[in-house]
Amino acid sequence: MSLQANGQTNRTLPSGDLGWNTPGVASVPYKFFYDQEVYEVEQRRLFRGPVWNYIVLESEIPNPGDFKANFVGDTPIVVSRGRDGAIHAFVNRCAHRGALVCREMRGNSTTHVCIYHQWSYDLEGNLIGVPFRRGLEGKGGYAAGFETAHHGLQKLRTACYAGLVFATFGAQTPPLVDYLGDVARSWIDRTLNRPVRALGYSRQLIDANWKLYAENVRDPYHGSLLHLFNATFGIARVSQQGGLSMDPSGGHNVIYARKRTQEQETRAYSQEKIRSYQKTFSLADPSLLQGKPDPLIDTTTTIQTIFPVLVIQQIANSLAVRQIVPKGPSRMELVSTFFTYADDDQATVNTRLKQANLAGPAGYISMEDGYAIELVQQAIVHAGDEESFIELGGTERPLEDDLVSESPIRGFWHRYRGLMTEEQ
Amino acid sequence: MAADDGHSRQVVEELLAAYVTAIDDGDLERWPEFFTADCVYRIVPRENDSLNLPLAVMSCNSQAALTDRIAAYRKANLFAPHAYRHMLGPVRVTGEDKLEIGARTNYAVFRTALDPIDYGTSEVFSVGEYRDRIVIVDGLARFREKTVVVDTCKIHTLLATPL
Repeated sequence: MSLQANGQTNRTLPSGDLGWNTPGVASVPYKFFYDQEVYEVEQRRLFRGPVWNYIVLESEIPNPGDFKANFVGDTPIVVSRGRDGAIHAFVNRCAHRGALVCREMRGNSTTHVCIYHQWSYDLEGNLIGVPFRRGLEGKGGYAAGFETAHHGLQKLRTACYAGLVFATFGAQTPPLVDYLGDVARSWIDRTLNRPVRALGYSRQLIDANWKLYAENVRDPYHGSLLHLFNATFGIARVSQQGGLSMDPSGGHNVIYARKRTQEQETRAYSQEKIRSYQKTFSLADPSLLQGKPDPLIDTTTTIQTIFPVLVIQQIANSLAVRQIVPKGPSRMELVSTFFTYADDDQATVNTRLKQANLAGPAGYISMEDGYAIELVQQAIVHAGDEESFIELGGTERPLEDDLVSESPIRGFWHRYRGLMTEEQ
Repeated sequence: MAADDGHSRQVVEELLAAYVTAIDDGDLERWPEFFTADCVYRIVPRENDSLNLPLAVMSCNSQAALTDRIAAYRKANLFAPHAYRHMLGPVRVTGEDKLEIGARTNYAVFRTALDPIDYGTSEVFSVGEYRDRIVIVDGLARFREKTVVVDTCKIHTLLATPL
């Protein structure tokens, strides 16, 4: 694969310079979490390279003309429902002099007009109008050879799977179904088993590199140690009755948990004498957790990651997709779209809304994540050549039925390292 | 509660003043006391409110659920040490009858970091509006419903302490 089709350089990470000092993916130099040059190579080779970036739920833009502003990497884009009902995406940058064209977060419009000089584009990003194209009274204007067809907004390819919309800059990106692969698709098919609608959004600004969060959602080790809510309140905890699932590329991962008994739970914590175990408090309002399982979902928790930026969350009856948006080397945004199935009754919707307390910026079992990765970002200053230690469960990335493993993190780095260093 | 004599506004002002003082003093065990047993407390991003989407980032449908929030805050949840300082705008009484006062009040919350990296740094953490329904229980004003509509829907890191 080559990025030269886009007129971009084919620069890779020089080994021993920006690259890893060691082979393998069981350690990562800390500079990868704050270095500006690494960040820019990522934007080019990874986010604008051969990956599918999640951008919106199909049901958020149901009608022709519906649009929503978003990002691929940190490049502003617009996703738009065309007259034909198809979903289009284009860079939100005027082909004339580079101004942001779409200035609203979301809406419905028949055209997108840049306010600077009123170049106007259709719902697919094609240029359809240019003021004073022929000049005024025979003077000025564009040359006779000017063709609007050559001055459209830069388009991304889009593809949908199970109501999720993805976009790619890469000309060589494989078809979405192949990119996802059988393993990831089987889990998506389960969580997104029928049409959904958004219940609302939560947004977090986190002072940490986006990859620290990508690691966090692939880290089955931290759940029962960092998030003490379940253990404190005597709610069945994830540490052993669960498993991992990984696609062959390593980038897409699933961490899931099924219920186990309180007795097993208490024993596991007592044996380890870890901080997480305390004599149980109980919830004064236990209705928080009194949902009923979805017939097609047999896990208490599933965190599925689709490389590079998508997380699909099922925590009890709380369902959400989370998009990681890099905002420079040391900052990221996390946008969660909570959803419900379109055919859910109101009682089920209310349960999902109540259990949204478990996740998001104030989530009982999620608020620590942003904090924990900020603690990393704060401490790695001047430690660019030192490396993290990711050897729990070995140094490779085998599939394991054991949550005491960092293999999904190694899977992420395997995929990342390939994209950052291999010929594309 | 008679209309137009300012009494209702005064009731709301006094309740709000006590409420924000308890939070800003870190006296969070008192937080549930400002609500009725069957209260509804919700922190709703303005984004969702304006789109008529129901998602709250924090929601409690009973006083017991508020108690759980504080128990988790003290015993389970982990976050950078910090302090809040609330600033309130004028109370606007939006409706009142014999049973209930409705009011809207702008708020701003400054969050001051107390962790070793950012110690002493204050930021505008959250601005928005309280939409309150207040009742008198045993002679004391209590929130029957408190909806915090948060303009600052992009929350910096996390929201642990209630608004």
